[in-house]
Amino acid sequence: MQPALKRENDLTLNRRSFIQVTTAAAGGLLVSLYLPRITSAQQPPAPKVYPPDAFIHIATDGKINVTVNRLEFGQGVQTSLPMVLADELDADWSQVTAELAPAADVYKDPLFGMQMVGGSGSIAHSFQQYRELGAKTRAMLVAAAADRWQVAANQCRTENSVVYGPNNRSARYAELANDATRKSVPDKVALKNASEFRLIGKPVKRLDSPAKCDGSQKFGLDLDLPGMKIAVVAHPPVFGARVKTVDDGQARALAGVRDVFEIPLEKGTGVAVVADRFWTAKQARDLLKIDWDLSGVERPDTAELRAKYKQLATTTGNVAATRGDEKALDRIPQTNRIVAEYEFPYLAHAPMEPLNATVNFQGDKAEAWVPSQFQTMDQMIIAQTLGLKPDQVTFHTEFAGGGFGRRATTDSHVPKEAAVIAKRFRDTPIKLIWTREDDVRGGYYRPMHAHRIEIGIGPDGLPSAWRHVIVGQSLLAGTPFAMMVKNGVDETAVEGTADTSYNIPNFHVSVHHPTVNVPVLWWRSVGHTHNAFVMETLIDELAARARVDPIAYRKKLLKADAKKLHSVLDLLDQKTAWRKDPAAGRAVGISCHESFETAVACAVEVSIENKRPKIHRATVAVNCGLAVNPLSVESQFQGGLGFGVLQLMAQGAITLKDGRVEQRNFDGYTPAYIIDAPSAVDVHIVPSTEPPTGCGEPPVPVISPAVVNALAKLTGKRYRTLPLVSV
Amino acid sequence: MHFRLLGRYIFVVLIILTVWISFSISEAAKSTRENQAVGLAAWESIYSVLTSPRCINCHTATNYPQQGDDRHRHFANVIRGPEGKGVAGLNCVSCHQERNADSTGVPGGHNWHLAPLSMQWQDLNDRTLSSSAVCRAVTDRSRNNNMDGAALLKHHTEEQLVLWAWNPGRRPDGSLRSPPPISHQEFVAATRTWVEAGTPCPKGR
Amino acid sequence: MATFHLNINGSEKTVDVDPSTPLLWVLREELKLTGTKYGCGISACGACTVHVAGIATRSCVVPVELVGDRPIVTIEAIGKDPVGRVVQNAWIETDVVQCGYCQSGQIMSAVALLKDTKKPTDKNIEESMGGNLCRCATYVRIREAIKRASQQLG
Repeated sequence: MQPALKRENDLTLNRRSFIQVTTAAAGGLLVSLYLPRITSAQQPPAPKVYPPDAFIHIATDGKINVTVNRLEFGQGVQTSLPMVLADELDADWSQVTAELAPAADVYKDPLFGMQMVGGSGSIAHSFQQYRELGAKTRAMLVAAAADRWQVAANQCRTENSVVYGPNNRSARYAELANDATRKSVPDKVALKNASEFRLIGKPVKRLDSPAKCDGSQKFGLDLDLPGMKIAVVAHPPVFGARVKTVDDGQARALAGVRDVFEIPLEKGTGVAVVADRFWTAKQARDLLKIDWDLSGVERPDTAELRAKYKQLATTTGNVAATRGDEKALDRIPQTNRIVAEYEFPYLAHAPMEPLNATVNFQGDKAEAWVPSQFQTMDQMIIAQTLGLKPDQVTFHTEFAGGGFGRRATTDSHVPKEAAVIAKRFRDTPIKLIWTREDDVRGGYYRPMHAHRIEIGIGPDGLPSAWRHVIVGQSLLAGTPFAMMVKNGVDETAVEGTADTSYNIPNFHVSVHHPTVNVPVLWWRSVGHTHNAFVMETLIDELAARARVDPIAYRKKLLKADAKKLHSVLDLLDQKTAWRKDPAAGRAVGISCHESFETAVACAVEVSIENKRPKIHRATVAVNCGLAVNPLSVESQFQGGLGFGVLQLMAQGAITLKDGRVEQRNFDGYTPAYIIDAPSAVDVHIVPSTEPPTGCGEPPVPVISPAVVNALAKLTGKRYRTLPLVSV
Repeated sequence: MHFRLLGRYIFVVLIILTVWISFSISEAAKSTRENQAVGLAAWESIYSVLTSPRCINCHTATNYPQQGDDRHRHFANVIRGPEGKGVAGLNCVSCHQERNADSTGVPGGHNWHLAPLSMQWQDLNDRTLSSSAVCRAVTDRSRNNNMDGAALLKHHTEEQLVLWAWNPGRRPDGSLRSPPPISHQEFVAATRTWVEAGTPCPKGR
Repeated sequence: MATFHLNINGSEKTVDVDPSTPLLWVLREELKLTGTKYGCGISACGACTVHVAGIATRSCVVPVELVGDRPIVTIEAIGKDPVGRVVQNAWIETDVVQCGYCQSGQIMSAVALLKDTKKPTDKNIEESMGGNLCRCATYVRIREAIKRASQQLG
């Protein structure tokens, strides 16, 4: 998803944060960090102390537990951030464990000012933070050892959780931990040079792998608490509809049903069923007879919306980018022009673990367990719902089975629903479960879009004039981030187009943001999902028309200062000798795109099997700055490409008719299975010592344009309407 | 049937002698034609059942079964497998149990599987084969598991997966799946008539 | 409500539940075996896969009343099986998992495949794993891990 707040300044921890060191209850060293809000430039405010607030716990048995200030939902941060810290700490990696932080100020994203995962910022924003935590803790352990041996700190060195001093003296971190708690925290520490890294930049396997392979990893949905009840909610068939009447006689008659009652929702109202068990609750919900009040509720129809968007795209919208001469296009002869219209559907995130939240309301306080991308936001809204202050809500971050943006809502509507229900059941943990049907039909989709582009081609075969209109709902309008919509332009709708690195002299992009009664949300890689598709298919078409190699054409058109993109195109070219000679019946497609400061170039080899694209292989070149964990980068790219294939699936669309979502589950809304995803993915990383940039989202935009660019070679057709119903 | 026809023929030959021979032959032929017509009509009833979604969805020509009254391709990449039972990890019986699972909407019956490709009643584009083509497949003992008329009648009367079509259970939304167009009793009666008529098949492709 | 005696991971468990309850929810809520996951409830994603009498079975659509006395093995016990152990190790060595939510089901399907086909081809893998959805799309490494396990099984 999109960065929620702009990077305000370069934040390092040295000046405006402080670390507190204490002895852990069970002994050992506990390093806590207090981080003031980045927006307040003056003196640090008094930190709010929530237990636990530690980042590092060096236990007396030698175990080092690192608290991760992010949700782990597949991106591997629960391994990568401890790696970063352990490297600077010179910790014995085999003794390092990790846990997810609860909601607390100290765990907020150093740049965004809220505790969150989004904008591919987990490593990018916390790399420096975790390095410094490791380095400062190491300095304290060294100081403790130096004191003990009566030597200077610089006579000591560290390796694998051991401090070595002169005369063959050594002490394990665990032995030094208690002494280290009495050392002052250094203001400044020297960080390692890249040549000194022992973990950073090396392929390191995930810490959570064993537990995820034997069923022992608990996710939010697996939570089991004494006295816990299960809640499911009958949501309105049309967004915003309200319950007129409900006949719950049959539902209440089921053994194990505890209560059935109407609840307010973010939009409209619903009926909650609370039962001892999920199956009982679900059966009871199926037995409810609800008469819905649809009066005054807009009932969108995606077929009508398509027509409306297509029409809107023929008119100029709010200006998102403009340079050169607007009229330049009109002077180019018709024969040298291309007019292209694109359509993109609504897309659900559909993470594997259905949405859920557990809340226990205890009167003057509450406890919540949520697989959340927005911990402090969710905590605040749960508190508001229960009439409490945020620090009266203990908020546990649960492992999540995927998310892709879906667990980062600005209205926190799922935890809020749980809180509304829990409020009626004091001292009873309520686990709210959204069924898959609730999820597929529940809104918060990647918005539907239309694009219309007119291109004028210059005598050199390059585009000299480009007029581009985008139509789609704003993600940010109506949210707490609405102030980021500037001059009627929501940047998340135009990113990847308005800020393109292609050097087009006369370039004009505008956008319309219609209002539609369908909740929308950032979907892994956000606006880049559709913008990269449009840009990379059009550039490919222009290259083909100019009869220039697609990589060479892109390099020729890219600005010279688009260094990351140039670097990945060069690397891709080197690594894809195979692209010159695809197997019979197969064709190669190329794309490149930069998002979240990471550049990616992609080549795919595709054939047509059973009227569908079969992606035999993909090669990607990546420039993500320093690759902190190359094994994890590779895995994000292998998976991110497969995730992006959803855009091409025949059933990769959410449609509405008379206000009702037409799909229910994976039988109607079908993401990529193993046969649909690329059979093999080689990932090549441009060597770099630049600061690390994101890897969660940047893989997603490149795959679908690359595949249809290959299909175009096989069929001679250009594919501009998604989903790809037929080839 | 044959004996009765033969008996009548001999009787006619004996009594009326040669002048009537040609007439007698045409009379017998007419009777055979009537029987044929009755058999063929019965076959068309049978055909209406075999090509109903409850039956034909598992008599595909492709490597996958179908589902639903619109006979769409089975979801989740379910495939035929070497014996029509799916493949390890994704067998028919990975979901389809000995009985219908009405609470989850998954149909079931003993030994749930796809019919062999020799018993395909549709083409590779999922179009239903003609009445004559299906009839030829059903009556061809090299393709139908060596069943003669009597065995076919028994199959239609007793086979569990055949019987399932008239007890197809509930869909995931709780509604009842639609059965074939005629009752099982009528289907068995039609089969009996057709078998007694010598399992005639309509002409054509 | 009715009482059922289930043979789960080698021991007999007694549960008192509505007969229509899918096996998945009996495992998760009655027996606290939460390694088996709910993903779709319609057998379209495979996250709920367990072995019933050796057959990889989508537990979300099988009512407990249809299980009978067939032995059930879940992800929690598949490591006791020699093939299961090798597959789990191959998964860890290949660093397959991302969010990990679907992986119990992926592993249960892979074990069923390798018990049936010792040297699976790419096509075998695509077919047998064809119904197991992974939204993180760890498919490339799933292929690798199955091949690695196959090699180790000899």
